[in-house]
Amino acid sequence: MNQRSERSEESTTDVMTAEPASAATHPTKNESPSSLSNLWRQLGPALPGALVKFDPRHLWRQPVIFVVWVSAVLTTVLAIGHPSWFAWLVSVWLWATIFFANLAESVAEGRGKAQADSLRKTRATATARRLTDTGEEEIAASDLHLGDRVVVGAGQQIPGDGDVVEGIATVDESAITGESAPVVREAGGDRCAVTGGTTVLSDRIVIQITAKPGETFIDRMIALVEGAERQKTPNEIALGILLTVLTIIFLLAVATIPPFAGWAGHRPSVTVLVALLVCLIPTTIGALLSAIGIAGMDRLVQRNVLAMSGRAVEAAGDVTTLLLDKTGTITLGNRQASDIVVVGANDAAEVHRLAHLSSLADETPEGRSIVTWTADQLGTTMDSPADAVVVPFTAQTRMSGLDLPDGTMLRKGAAASVAKLVRETGGTGADAAMEIADRISAAGGTPLVVAAGRQGGSMNAVGVIHLKDVIKPGMAERFAELRKMGIRTVMITGDNPLTAKAIADEAGVDDFLAEATPEDKMRLIKAEQEGGRLVAMTGDGTNDAPALAQADVGVAMNTGTSAAKEAGNMVDLDSDPTKLIDIVGIGKQLLITRGALTTFSIANDLAKYFAIIPAMFVASYPGLTDLNIMKLHSANSAILSAVIFNALIIIALIPLSLKGVRYRPLRADQLLTRNILIYGVGGVIVPFIGIKLIDLLVQFLPGM
Amino acid sequence: MSEWVSGVLTIACLVAVLAAVHVPLGDYMAKVFTSEKDLAIERVFYRAAGVDPKSQQRWTRYAVSLLTFSGIGIVVLWLLCVFQGRLPLDRGAAMDWHTSINTAVSFVTNTNWQSYSGESGASALLQTTGLAVQNFLSAAVGLAVAVALVRGLVARKTGLVGNFWVDVVRATIRILLPLSVIAAIVLLAGGVVQDLSAPMVIDTITGSHQTIESGLVASQEAIKELGTNGGGYFNANSAHPFENPNGFTNLFEIFLLLVIPFSLPRTYGRLVGDKRQGYAVLGFMAFLWTTMLIVITWAEQAASHAATGAMEGKEVRFGVWASALFANSTTSTSTGAVNSWHESYSPIGGGGALVNMLLGEISPGGVGSGLYGALIVAILAVFIAGLMVGRTPEIHGKQVGRKEITYSALYSVTTPALVLLGTASALMVRSAKGAILATGPHGLSEILYAYASAANNNGSAFGGLSADQPFLNLTLAVCMLLGRFLPTIAVLALAGSFAAQHRRPTTDGTMPTHTPLFAGLMVGVALLVTGLTFLPVLALGPLAEALR
Repeated sequence: MNQRSERSEESTTDVMTAEPASAATHPTKNESPSSLSNLWRQLGPALPGALVKFDPRHLWRQPVIFVVWVSAVLTTVLAIGHPSWFAWLVSVWLWATIFFANLAESVAEGRGKAQADSLRKTRATATARRLTDTGEEEIAASDLHLGDRVVVGAGQQIPGDGDVVEGIATVDESAITGESAPVVREAGGDRCAVTGGTTVLSDRIVIQITAKPGETFIDRMIALVEGAERQKTPNEIALGILLTVLTIIFLLAVATIPPFAGWAGHRPSVTVLVALLVCLIPTTIGALLSAIGIAGMDRLVQRNVLAMSGRAVEAAGDVTTLLLDKTGTITLGNRQASDIVVVGANDAAEVHRLAHLSSLADETPEGRSIVTWTADQLGTTMDSPADAVVVPFTAQTRMSGLDLPDGTMLRKGAAASVAKLVRETGGTGADAAMEIADRISAAGGTPLVVAAGRQGGSMNAVGVIHLKDVIKPGMAERFAELRKMGIRTVMITGDNPLTAKAIADEAGVDDFLAEATPEDKMRLIKAEQEGGRLVAMTGDGTNDAPALAQADVGVAMNTGTSAAKEAGNMVDLDSDPTKLIDIVGIGKQLLITRGALTTFSIANDLAKYFAIIPAMFVASYPGLTDLNIMKLHSANSAILSAVIFNALIIIALIPLSLKGVRYRPLRADQLLTRNILIYGVGGVIVPFIGIKLIDLLVQFLPGM
Repeated sequence: MSEWVSGVLTIACLVAVLAAVHVPLGDYMAKVFTSEKDLAIERVFYRAAGVDPKSQQRWTRYAVSLLTFSGIGIVVLWLLCVFQGRLPLDRGAAMDWHTSINTAVSFVTNTNWQSYSGESGASALLQTTGLAVQNFLSAAVGLAVAVALVRGLVARKTGLVGNFWVDVVRATIRILLPLSVIAAIVLLAGGVVQDLSAPMVIDTITGSHQTIESGLVASQEAIKELGTNGGGYFNANSAHPFENPNGFTNLFEIFLLLVIPFSLPRTYGRLVGDKRQGYAVLGFMAFLWTTMLIVITWAEQAASHAATGAMEGKEVRFGVWASALFANSTTSTSTGAVNSWHESYSPIGGGGALVNMLLGEISPGGVGSGLYGALIVAILAVFIAGLMVGRTPEIHGKQVGRKEITYSALYSVTTPALVLLGTASALMVRSAKGAILATGPHGLSEILYAYASAANNNGSAFGGLSADQPFLNLTLAVCMLLGRFLPTIAVLALAGSFAAQHRRPTTDGTMPTHTPLFAGLMVGVALLVTGLTFLPVLALGPLAEALR
């Protein structure tokens, strides 16, 4: 049994484990800028960035846009030499094309900047109290070294990433996660990792620093959301190669026109040739490619997932096997009461009443489920008696309860802990309760023992509550969706095979791995990968680290250890394992957006040819006017309209590239048909209409 | 019987026979390339060459073997051309040095562009031991490359793509030779000549003398069509009554040049273990072939019935339909044999033949080269459209990543670049410009056709171009050489990088590559890429002529 499943059973009534369930509905920090008005608001701050990007040294990285830059320089020089309205208009619109391309990138980057700024504030003023041989010294957080030990007390900010080596404390991590509920961090175990920039709320802990200043989690987050470290992903590179080769082909097609046209007797002007070239090369996708990539990462950030590389996001789209932990992913992290087994000869109704009372002050979902279940059995609800003293759950006692004014003490908690208490106070039923508890555990349930007694007297075990796994609502449907998308789901659990099978069948997963050890998990991942599959998983324990590293997409929970976070290629700040499914969707959406806009961009060329070719050659062969099927006003207006369309379509598609193409979980062939119709066929038709409309306006310009 | 009925029946008959033959032939070829056994005669070759037939090669060794083999082929053939006058069976034919280079490259690259005049430029020895031998070997090399690519798709992380020597020997001995023997006998029975006697001199009715050459025609004719070579024994090629005496031999020759290219998709389906994959490729090829046949036939039919129209350039013995069928089939298979004069076709009809070549010889393309050309189109289609299903694009479970798209792009850019640059350079050189007969758009078509034919290894001539001169001979030779071997290397590199990959399992999330939708997508990609590259020059050539 791995550490995680032990923990989840032991700490069932722990207030802090309630976070995954609440995080599932946790609102995102940045609302997606889906509306146009939002985009307009982002345009302002993006303008300076877009202007800086005119630097050819920057554009060199995007060959398609670089060709436009060279073209714009060329037409401008020609316009200066032989000024005409046409030459100047074409030049201006070529510059506009570059500007729009820069703007797309700038807007995408700008959305990360705001978030980066707020993150930066968290680390601004941090100082650290470093432990030395003689005592403590106050130093700047930036002077910390690996392995330093620092003391952090209540109300203080944690100066750097590290592991708690001494003490236990509640920590406010809202600076990173946006989640206001505090979390517990304690020495040893899987919840020892703390992040610099978060704040200790209670108690005092000693932290051993595990990251150099400047390389902390927050620093990496800032770099990621700003896109500073953005490297092109494999798929982006491959697409870039295709676009470059297309550009070369079109360069050849256009460069060889002068000799061909010379044979016909009339060479088109260089301005016209350059206009044709810019219209043909895939400027649309070339301009939006990096914005799409940045926006894809950003979509993850909005869902509080940090991808360590764009490569991981792409891999998420390719995943064919999902390893899902049962607890917290498939089933509610909080189990629900399904039965109470009476210990010895106690009266069932009395036991129900005691269990009911003991849970009244327990605000955890498990506690509430006990109250509801017992109320059903009793047919009535009770209020907590006035003056009753609530005994809260602590990590040390691992039980909670109520001390009634009449001296009755009620305790409820982990079987072993309560049984120990019963034995220590000389009470009865400890062995019987443990026996029942073992039986419940064997069936995949979680036992909670209820004990009652008098103040100062002995505590007797009276009943054992059976908490059962409850499959999250809607999971079966999601697994069916995943199956339709060709993704296999495998449930990982520490349960015995019988229980595991029951839950697997109920949830509708394709397969399960019962009594899973970290080694089993690793073996499963390797076997899947041997078969050519890509595997995604979540994990948080140190013993998950090797598997997280081996998996193609390893999502570490933010509550997990630093080892787990190091090993994975994504971190979920909400620590919600269900999100793995969303991550796959985001990865797919990123790839679909790229493909759709590439298809659209290339399909657009047909109409541009129909606009420009008759215009270009009509002087040599008047018969070619028959190809002017759009009935454009004049040769000049046709060419200019195509150039303007080519520039404006970039602006028009910025919202789509930032938001991503709408993604539905469908079979590949259905997705393909749908997207070919929209972006392929649409890409052929739209420019015919667009160019015609622009021509209707452009014809009134001088020089047309 | 009206022209319509006979024409449609002819085509229906051809399609029916192809449909019947492609299944057993495709299956047989698949067996040839996967068989564990070597024939006794094959072992003789392996022993002589010191090749271990059981050993497999990585793509680099495969490519080196291929280039060495073809390089030697070019040198040997060039020597035969140059020294044919001092060798037996000489008829006084001679070739210039540049014509020799052009011819040597032409036949080794399966182009069979003939700068010389068939019967008077090449001796019977050169025709039989040089040109005919390369007719077999160049086709075998094409088959080998196609099979290597398919092996790469099937391989599971081995990095091995087969053994070039085994593939070439088997392709020749087990596929091309036996089929040629059968075909030659049928042609002989159909009336094609086959003798070694001296030229016949006859007196014509006007009183002058005419020398009528004959030779080992039937045997060479068989492999000329079967290996999608196209180099005719006679200058008039399949319009010559000794090469193509009647309606039956005409249809049979069309069948021969289509049969292997149209059977290879079946072989491919067999080798990848999914016949449906083969059907998709076959559907793609057949759709393009049929569409272009309709275009060319319609254009020629319309032209011959127009007030000014005539049968000029058509094979009057066979009529418009059989001429158009031959023209479409020969230009779409990289054969280049002709039974009529493409130059005299209507602008759209001749332009159609041109487009068949500009498509990159994929409908169904040459022996072997058609299949790998079509698979490259499939890879491009997978790459562009595959992203739209939200996965890294893959074909048969092999990812199309940075390396794969680079090789595919290199393949796709080579021939268009050669065609455009070659044509443009010819228009800038006085001597080449002077070789163009017509003026205006038709003149551009003449020169464009020559470079399209050379770079795509078709070898058919439009006509009107006096091609036997140094500049054209040499630049066309460069186009043939690069147009054959650069794509070949790209395909083998692709095969190698596929072979080194895992094969990912097919799931519902995998983009299907066996559906009509995907075949349609391939058609779209092929037309769009060709169209976008060549529309300007086509507008100045055939389109301008048609819209005059």
